[in-house]
Amino acid sequence: MGPTLVAGLREIWAHKFRSLLTMLGIVLGVSSLVAMSALVTGMERGAKEALIAIGGLARIRIEPAELPAEQRHLADQAVGITLRDVEALEQNIPLVTLTSPEMRIPVTVSANGRTFRPWLCSGVRPAALEMFEHRIAHGRMFNEIDDELARNVCVIGTATRDELWGAPEDIGREIIPVGETLYINGVPFVIIGMFEHYESEQERREREFRQRQQPQPQAQTGPQRDRGWGRRPGGFAFRLKNSTIYLPLNTVWMRFRGLVATTGFGPPRLQATNVVPDRAEPVLSSLEVKLASIEDLPETLQQMRNVLMVTHRGIEDFQFRTQEEWAEQIETFVRNARISGGLIAGISLLVGGIGIMNIMLASISERVREIGIRKSVGASDGDIFVQILAESVVISVLGGFLGMGAALGLVRLVSQLSPTGNEPIVTPLALGVAFGFSVVVGILAGLYPAVKAARLNPIEALRYE
Amino acid sequence: MALVELRNVSKIYHLGGEEIRALDNVSLDIEEGEFISIIGPSGSGKSTLMHILGCLDTPTSGTVKLDGIMIQDASPRELAAIRNRKIGFVFQFFNLLPKLNVLQNVELPMIYSGVPARERHRRAMAALEAVDMANRAKHRPSQLSGGQQQRAAIARALVNNPRIIFADEPTGNLDSHTGETILQLFRRLNAEGRTIVLVTHDPEIAAVTPRRIEIRDGRIAPKPDLRLAGLQTRQ
Ligand SMILES: Nc1ncnc2c1ncn2[C@@H]1O[C@H](COP(=O)(O)OP(=O)(O)OP(=O)(O)O)[C@@H](O)[C@H]1O
Ligand SMILES: [Mg+2]
Repeated sequence: MGPTLVAGLREIWAHKFRSLLTMLGIVLGVSSLVAMSALVTGMERGAKEALIAIGGLARIRIEPAELPAEQRHLADQAVGITLRDVEALEQNIPLVTLTSPEMRIPVTVSANGRTFRPWLCSGVRPAALEMFEHRIAHGRMFNEIDDELARNVCVIGTATRDELWGAPEDIGREIIPVGETLYINGVPFVIIGMFEHYESEQERREREFRQRQQPQPQAQTGPQRDRGWGRRPGGFAFRLKNSTIYLPLNTVWMRFRGLVATTGFGPPRLQATNVVPDRAEPVLSSLEVKLASIEDLPETLQQMRNVLMVTHRGIEDFQFRTQEEWAEQIETFVRNARISGGLIAGISLLVGGIGIMNIMLASISERVREIGIRKSVGASDGDIFVQILAESVVISVLGGFLGMGAALGLVRLVSQLSPTGNEPIVTPLALGVAFGFSVVVGILAGLYPAVKAARLNPIEALRYE
Repeated sequence: MALVELRNVSKIYHLGGEEIRALDNVSLDIEEGEFISIIGPSGSGKSTLMHILGCLDTPTSGTVKLDGIMIQDASPRELAAIRNRKIGFVFQFFNLLPKLNVLQNVELPMIYSGVPARERHRRAMAALEAVDMANRAKHRPSQLSGGQQQRAAIARALVNNPRIIFADEPTGNLDSHTGETILQLFRRLNAEGRTIVLVTHDPEIAAVTPRRIEIRDGRIAPKPDLRLAGLQTRQ
């Protein structure tokens, strides 16, 4: 086996350029396989990170919904989502570990001579902190007493700070506006806490990259750096999260009850049927529920629906929203990307394999005499078979290694060209699969030529000119 | 028991319905230590006989026994092993691998018998020594004269210490002087105890071998050619 392999390597070395050309298909196939897999894995990780940032799969939102057609006439009796639902769910569904009622209001905030419209301003209970995986970096979250007494206190995200007092990157130092007064729709609130700055891994690297590139803040006259939302799905989730202001639930009810959105997510539409200026009972914008497990999600949802149907007196003016859709979208995207990447790689590998087979066939017809000589001095059919097969596999595996090298280089290049994108991740599995494929292609491509060479009749082979 | 026993061996080719009897009922014994020349006109079946003796080909009918082994019953793998260990072949066109140097060419049979690299090298050098080619070990065949190539090929035939050496017109491609040195080499090897069968067109070469076999139309001629006999008396 050793000398056979050496003979194969020597044969390849004797035709360096030809062998390199032959390897090209395998190089392309393997490098596209590894690079595609790395890119998709990177994107997958980014998307999953964002999914976790918004609370994960175990979080379910209950929000107002249009009544089903057969209940339309009961619209004026619909009660909406209320705090009674919260109690009912907590008492009847054991899987519910956390509830967070929410009253969303559209606001304009102002302080320090500037104004800002945050994406989300809502009245919540302290549990919202855990529900949405918020972390307080400075100050504190309001507590039950603040809520009970309907104090004018608020907790803000870094986006509000950035807009009203300036971002650390722009002004060169971090302002912590805890203790400052913030005017929310003209009502003064004391900022008692600020969340930490949320960002994806990529954004963190982007920020650090910028810091390294320009330690001194640049002139303010230039175009502002991109603060747009929604460039990437991952970044989007983090930006929304930073642009959050939380007020105590009771405070919102006391101060802004007329503004509370009760028509599902999005900009509030003031509909006569839905918003009653002086409602007796607090109506929520939505209610978030966290489950202990998502094992039996459909059954749990059914149970929750039954409980809510009682509190809503049989009127189905609510709906559930889960993160499954997003998770499924991630999965679908990843699957599609893998399939198309695999298809490209597969075609390249097929073409590469055909190229190798072609060159091996040419090579053995060039070497008929050599094969005859080897047989005459005692090479068995098996020896010849192994020799040709080994050559084919060596070409293919060398191509595979070149391809892996090319892929690693490519991935490096991609992450250097756009250090802010989802960093491609080369997994050992992808490398292993690529190596396996190059071995298999080498074997398949070499099989027929090797059989053909092994079957050569030694006398005819020796007579061959 | 003879080293080689051929019994009623025939080799028949069919070409477009026509039957060609390349060998026709040949029986032959070769004893250990013999030096035999095979002569005969072109197309008479000498090479065919050599190929069957050398286990490169199998007879259509008849039996071949080499060193106690029935060749026609052996599998291709066993035949390869017999070619490798018991037989040394020398060809008219040398048949060295052009991409390997002389040493590597001589090592080739030992690769297929699984001799370790160090031992291969030692034995190949010894065989090259024996044919006076040790100083050309690192040369490529294309850098050698015809006689030198043939001596390298003989070293390759010797290197696995075979029971018998078959040479099919080993001097056919050499000038008469070089041919003579090759013949001297064979005679020396025979004197050292090797069994050698040599095909030739050249009556002068056939004349120096102790035993001559003449083939005509695939058969062994009953008595030596008159022309040859004349040559012999003149010598
Ligand atoms: N593969 C084959 N198919 C058909 N006929 C063949 C084949 N090989 C040899 N023959 C025929 O067998 C006969 C003997 O051929 P062989 O090569 O043994 O002759 P030779 O005595 O070696 O001749 P030369 O002295 O020219 O080398 C010839 O008539 C040849 O045409
Ligand atoms: Mg011949």
